[in-house]
Amino acid sequence: MSDTWLKAAALEVQEYVRLVAAACRGLVTPPIYRHDIIEQLDEIGWGSLTVVVLTGLFTGAALASESGLTLDQFGARPIVGRLVGASMVKELGPVLTALMLAGRIGSGIAAELGSMVVTDQINALRALGTDPVRKLVIPRMIAGVLMAPVLTVISDFVGIAGGWIVARFQLQVATGLYWSSITDALYMQDVYQGLVKPFVLGFMIVTIACHVGLRTRGGTQGVGRATTVAVVAGSVAVIAADFFVTQLMVWLFY
Amino acid sequence: MATAREILYETGAPVVLFDHVQLAFDENVVLQDITFTLAKGHTKIILGASGSGKSTILKIIVGLLRSDSGVVWVNGGRVDQLSEHDLMAVRADLGMIFQEGALFDSLSVRENVGYKLYEETSRPLDEVDRRVEEVLGFMGLSEHIDKMPSDLSGGQRRRVAIARAMAFKPRIPLYDEATTGLDPITATTVDDEIVKLRDLEGVSSIVVTHQLRDAFYIATHMAVRGRDGAVEIVPATPEKADEAEFIMLKDGFIVFEGNAEQLRRSDDPYLKTFLS
Repeated sequence: MSDTWLKAAALEVQEYVRLVAAACRGLVTPPIYRHDIIEQLDEIGWGSLTVVVLTGLFTGAALASESGLTLDQFGARPIVGRLVGASMVKELGPVLTALMLAGRIGSGIAAELGSMVVTDQINALRALGTDPVRKLVIPRMIAGVLMAPVLTVISDFVGIAGGWIVARFQLQVATGLYWSSITDALYMQDVYQGLVKPFVLGFMIVTIACHVGLRTRGGTQGVGRATTVAVVAGSVAVIAADFFVTQLMVWLFY
Repeated sequence: MATAREILYETGAPVVLFDHVQLAFDENVVLQDITFTLAKGHTKIILGASGSGKSTILKIIVGLLRSDSGVVWVNGGRVDQLSEHDLMAVRADLGMIFQEGALFDSLSVRENVGYKLYEETSRPLDEVDRRVEEVLGFMGLSEHIDKMPSDLSGGQRRRVAIARAMAFKPRIPLYDEATTGLDPITATTVDDEIVKLRDLEGVSSIVVTHQLRDAFYIATHMAVRGRDGAVEIVPATPEKADEAEFIMLKDGFIVFEGNAEQLRRSDDPYLKTFLS
């Protein structure tokens, strides 16, 4: 039983690596389907903006509210901005944005590609001379890698703004104090860390969803299963990759 | 000495050749020993019960599946050995019509039919548009050009799938259950299109079906142009009927190979049961 499970797991990893390798090769060789890339940039970037903004806003606000209570115990309420800024930029912005993307685009990609597999559309693409990796995976991969950092920066900013609303109107911290404590506490290493993470997380979410979608078997039930697996595996991969990237960045910059 | 490519231009050239092909999915052996040849301009009609491996043969021809052993030549290339990249050149001459149509549901009828020309060639857009309109007109689907596949009936979807496969003028169309599930009138319309393409465009076709009525109709009819230029479907001459060869699959083997008349007269109990 465990033997079979290990073989299946090894096969999944092998197929995932093969897909990623094929996609990376396809990035530098023609044909490139430019209009699909634009379409996916719009779908993944613009399409995810609302959910990312809302997540960032409420996370930043809740963080300010919670940390305000804790800081009060030390009489340090004025430095609430320092805590909100560092937490959002280094950790919560990238991770929560990535988790939202795993839910929204990870499930969408797996369901779309899975449906195409079970209705023979992927075979039809191949029969018509189109490589599904170039047509379907690469545009999504490029869009995921480019849009995750953009959305993360927006989420960071909106989160800090959400924190300011709570700090100003609930905690009664002066606006100038809030913003200056953020800039005082943020170092370039923190910004690098916050910017590198979404590239990795965006890549993982999209490639895992594409892999799971393209390996869908078993009709509509299989599509449902693939969607669930893409979200669960994507979310776990986000948390795990976040830990490893953090370790790497700490080792490199601190 | 003529090369494999040059031989393909000769009359009666073998455009598809299966030589002792085997394929199994884990324990399930689908094809045990399949050997046949499709000659240029001829039609091969593959019959068999569900699950007998008919569609698998088409997928092997297109290179969507690889045989476990044996040799498969398609249009001068060994598709059992070619890489996915090299298969693209072979596929340029193959037009596969899938069982359920396999239309791209996010694209309109126009985009579906012109997919290969729009995406995989550098032809001018207006030229592609003209070709798409021409093929859809040929299929009697002109008024549906801007609809989405979900807005079409089953028969219309099947005809759009044929139009998509025909738009780039493949020399070998492959029909996978093109008429299954259609009413007799729509099925006859699709059969007529298959006959017209074969006789007017000179393509070599493989028709996979378990609809005997359609199989015999395609084998025993031919398309001719009348004096006024209109295309008519008429009973085939004996010579033309001989160009349609039947293959019957059973348990991964070919249990019959011959023309329509030989199939009708066969004494084999399995064939008799199948034909009854």
